[in-house]
Parts: sequence; structure tokens; C-alpha cells
Amino acid sequence: MITAADLTAFFLTIRLALVSTLILFLIGTPVAWWLARTRWSMKFIADAVIALPLVLPPTVLGFYLLLLLGANGPLSALTSGTLAFSFTGLVLGSVIYSMPFVIQPLQDAFRAVGNRPHEVAATLGATPLDRFISITLPMARPGFLTAGVLGFAHTLGEFGVVLMIGGNIPGETRVLSIAIYDHVESLNYASAHWLAGALLVLSFIMLAAVYAVNRQFRVMKL
Amino acid sequence: MSLDIIFTLRRQEFTLDLNLKLPDEGVTAIFGPSGSGKTTLLRAIAGLERIPGAYIRFRKDLWQNEDTFIPVHKRNVGVVFQVPSLFSHLDVRGNIEYGYKRVTKKHQRISLNEAIELLEIDHLLDRNPVELSGGEQQRVAIARTLAASPDLLLMDEPLSSLDNKLKLTILPYLEKLQRTLEIPIIYVSHSTDEVARLAEQLVILKNGEILGHGRIEDMLTRLDLPLSHRSDAEALLSATVIDTDTDFGLTRLDVDGNVVTVTGTNLTENDLVKLRIAAHDVSLTLDKQSGTSIQNILPVTVTQIEEENSAQTLVKLSLGSHFLLARITRRAVQDLDITLGKNLYAQIKSVAVLS
Repeated sequence: MITAADLTAFFLTIRLALVSTLILFLIGTPVAWWLARTRWSMKFIADAVIALPLVLPPTVLGFYLLLLLGANGPLSALTSGTLAFSFTGLVLGSVIYSMPFVIQPLQDAFRAVGNRPHEVAATLGATPLDRFISITLPMARPGFLTAGVLGFAHTLGEFGVVLMIGGNIPGETRVLSIAIYDHVESLNYASAHWLAGALLVLSFIMLAAVYAVNRQFRVMKL
Repeated sequence: MSLDIIFTLRRQEFTLDLNLKLPDEGVTAIFGPSGSGKTTLLRAIAGLERIPGAYIRFRKDLWQNEDTFIPVHKRNVGVVFQVPSLFSHLDVRGNIEYGYKRVTKKHQRISLNEAIELLEIDHLLDRNPVELSGGEQQRVAIARTLAASPDLLLMDEPLSSLDNKLKLTILPYLEKLQRTLEIPIIYVSHSTDEVARLAEQLVILKNGEILGHGRIEDMLTRLDLPLSHRSDAEALLSATVIDTDTDFGLTRLDVDGNVVTVTGTNLTENDLVKLRIAAHDVSLTLDKQSGTSIQNILPVTVTQIEEENSAQTLVKLSLGSHFLLARITRRAVQDLDITLGKNLYAQIKSVAVLS
């Protein structure tokens, strides 16, 4: 019972998760690197801010994002139109919402690699960037895999934030979780089943894969 | 040309206050108990630690002063750490090539093969670091450091993570490095045995303070320094091989015109060696004894006497340009009337040869 609209929602969700994960890697890697190595005494504040999306109801996050992105929000001055109810707004929301799921595994991985391999590489003539590429990236690979899968899977299942800032525009902001919600609301359980089942199986396969690859590595530490 | 280090670092337990001019050749050992600041000194030289206000210069290159800090990767120092710290995502070959690939051709003084042969690890090249024993890992780590052709080699207790049996398997490689490479080595250790075998110069650190700095022979026998008061106190003498006696399996050596006999015949004529003589293996007599099984009886002069406790006294003796230590009872000092400048005979029960 999958309709064209459902497929659109499915691919939109995948696209949202991919784009968000990519941005999360770009932001999360340097932040996690810094958090893993800093001796700053106020680090706990940064830790708390990044962990906030884990405990806050997504609607609270969505509410603040709505204020921030809305037509009268501070960010609207920077953009031609409003970011709320747009794909870009959804990406922004997803990035914040899934941030801890990417930063924590990366931070753990960087910490597990430790400082010594870096020091050794430095004494062998490697520049900081060279060290990061030739030592950190390969040694922290399990962490990157975990971070990627968790960030991706968590964005797939996003609902509350989308509901607040995304609305329900087909092809723009109508993601899977919203589509499922709509089907249930209109008592169309068969379609809801198909979509929910697809999401369940997809998420399970990804998590099973990452746990299988990283047998020695704890995937989530909360 | 030298390695100059000046810095003050306040720590909770002590203040590390250093002003050192180390030779830029041979092996200089930094000796001291754990927590005396040895590792900090080494890390500061490498640039792994940035000590505020430090001044560090190696030969013509200023590495650190108030407005300069040359980062580690531009100093061209090799560091061998206590723990081998091999890169676990690379095999042995990948580890050794890591530094080698990053040296410019102009700077390359040690080839990959030389490093591999020196440490005898060619059979390990395709293995993963985790499959190696601790001793093999440290040999790979040393080869990796050498293959990067460092101008200065820093070793931070490279044997301390190994058990005694493994230590003995690595020491010969280190001795070979010291003999064959023209790289100055700074060797941090708290083992007198390693220091005596490897070092030419010795810096003694305690609680962040330099107690003494100079030739190892002098540092071992200076009574105002702690080494001479350890139970394993010893003296080092340089000697030249005169000849070997294959019948009895003995070798005769010359020490400033005196003949010293040692067991073994694996040395050849005119070889230069170091002799180790422990303070508890030396006894003193007023006259040259005959009818004794002791082979080495040498004429010495008393240069210093120090009572260590109510029973024991440490006597420093000169033998030509060399010094010996003798640990004898306080009563013997009284009975023999041992005073400064007195000429005596030292009976040496055991002599160890370091090649």
C-alpha cells in the first residue's frame, strides 16, 4: 500500500539523514577532537550543551528553533525567506538534534587512541594535519562508523522537531515519521505498517552492522 | 657545539631548575629516581612539552626561547618511549616506513635497510604489532625512530617496560647503536647497569636539581654523589688489551701501565674496553700479598675516605689516572691506619669487561 507520496517521504528522509550526517561529521569531528584533548576547566559546560538534545523533549528543541528560524527570528534577517518549514531548516534542526549521537562516539574514539600515537608521529616528522589523517582517522575508524550510523539512524526517526519547524510539505518537509503519523491519524493502518516496518528493519540492519563490525567498541555510552 | 637547556619549572613536589650544556655527541645519560624530572627534561628537549620561559638550543638551531617555539615535527629529534607505542593500524613495515617517508632525501642518513638490519627485525616486517613480544616491539620502535634519520636521539627508559631477561636481549642493540651511529643520544634511566654500559656522560638529577654532571667514570666514584653510596657502587676503568692466554682462558689488559687479568679470550689485541669493578669486590692490603688466589693486585693511593655508617667506610683510590672504590669495615680502616695519601695494594676479586 505504498503510495507515490510515501516514496517521496521515504527518499526525503534518507536525503535529510545523509545531508545531516555529513554536516555532523564536518562539525562534530573538530568539536569531539577538541573535547577529547582539552584541559579546559569549563569543559563540563560544553559537554552539557551538547548532551541537551538527549534529554530535552524534541518539541522544546523544535519550539526554540521555530523562534530562531521563524519570519521574525534573528536568523531570518540573514536569509531571504524564513528557514522554518523548509528543508534547510530541517537539516539545521536535525544537526542539533543528533549532535550528541555523533560527538560522543567520536570523543570516546579519540580518547581511546590517546595522545601517544600523535606524539610519536610528531617526532617522526608528521605535521599536525598529516598526523590527523595518517594516525587519528584510521585509528578512530570504529568511532567514525558508530557516529555515522547513530547520527543517520537517529535523524531517520526524528519526529518532534520536524513537527514544530518542518510542517508537512510533501517533498520539502514531509518525512517518514510525519507520513506515518498522518496515516495513523486517518486510520490508514496498512500504509502506516509498511512505513513503520521499513523504518524498523532499516534501523535494525544498520545498528546490527555497526555492532558486528565494532565488537570491541562500545557503541553508546550515556 | 652542544645542546643547551635552561629552564625553571615549579611543580607541586619540587622545582625543576636546570642549566645544562650537554655534548652533541656520544651517549649522555640522565640518571635519577622516578619523579626527579628526567622525563620532563626529555619532553622539553623534544618539544612535546612547552615549558614557559625555557631556553633550548641544539647546535646552531634555536628550539625555544621567549618568542620561539619550534614544533616537534620540525626539530628532527627521534624519541624512543618507555612503552613501544607502535601504530596498531600499520604492520611492522608500515611503522618503520612512517618516519622514513617523511624525511627529505637530503636529510636521509640512515637507510631503511640499515635500521632493519641494526635491530635484526627483517623477519618481522609483515607482522602486526600486536603479534610481537614486548622486546620485539621495542626493537621495531627503535628501528622506526632511526629510519627517520634523527639529528638527536632521545630515549626515555626504553628498557623499563621489559623484564630482566628481555632487557639483556635489547641492551646489545643499544650498545651497537652507540658504537655505529654518529647520532648524539640522551638516555634517561634509573638503572646504574644500563648507564654504566651505555653512557659516556652522566647527569644526576634528584628532586629537580642537578647533583652532578660530567664523565661517567667521575660521577660513579665521586663520594659526594649518591651513586658511590649504593650497594652496587662500582668504578669504570678504560683498558687496552695486551694479549690473550688461550691455555688458561685469560686476557691481560693494560690500565695506565698496570696489568689487569680477566677471564675469557674473545677480545683481540689493542681492543679498547671498559672494566667495571664493584666496590665490594675490592679489599686493601698494606703489602703486596703472595700466595693468594687473587689475580689482580694493583698499587693504589688513598684519595678520599668517607664513613658510611658505624660499620662501613668507603675509600676512594687512585690508580694512575683512574679511580677505584673499596667498601671496607671501619675497623679495618683503623687497623691498617688508612689515611689520605697512603699507598696500598688493592686486591680485586672480580672484574667485568664491557666492550
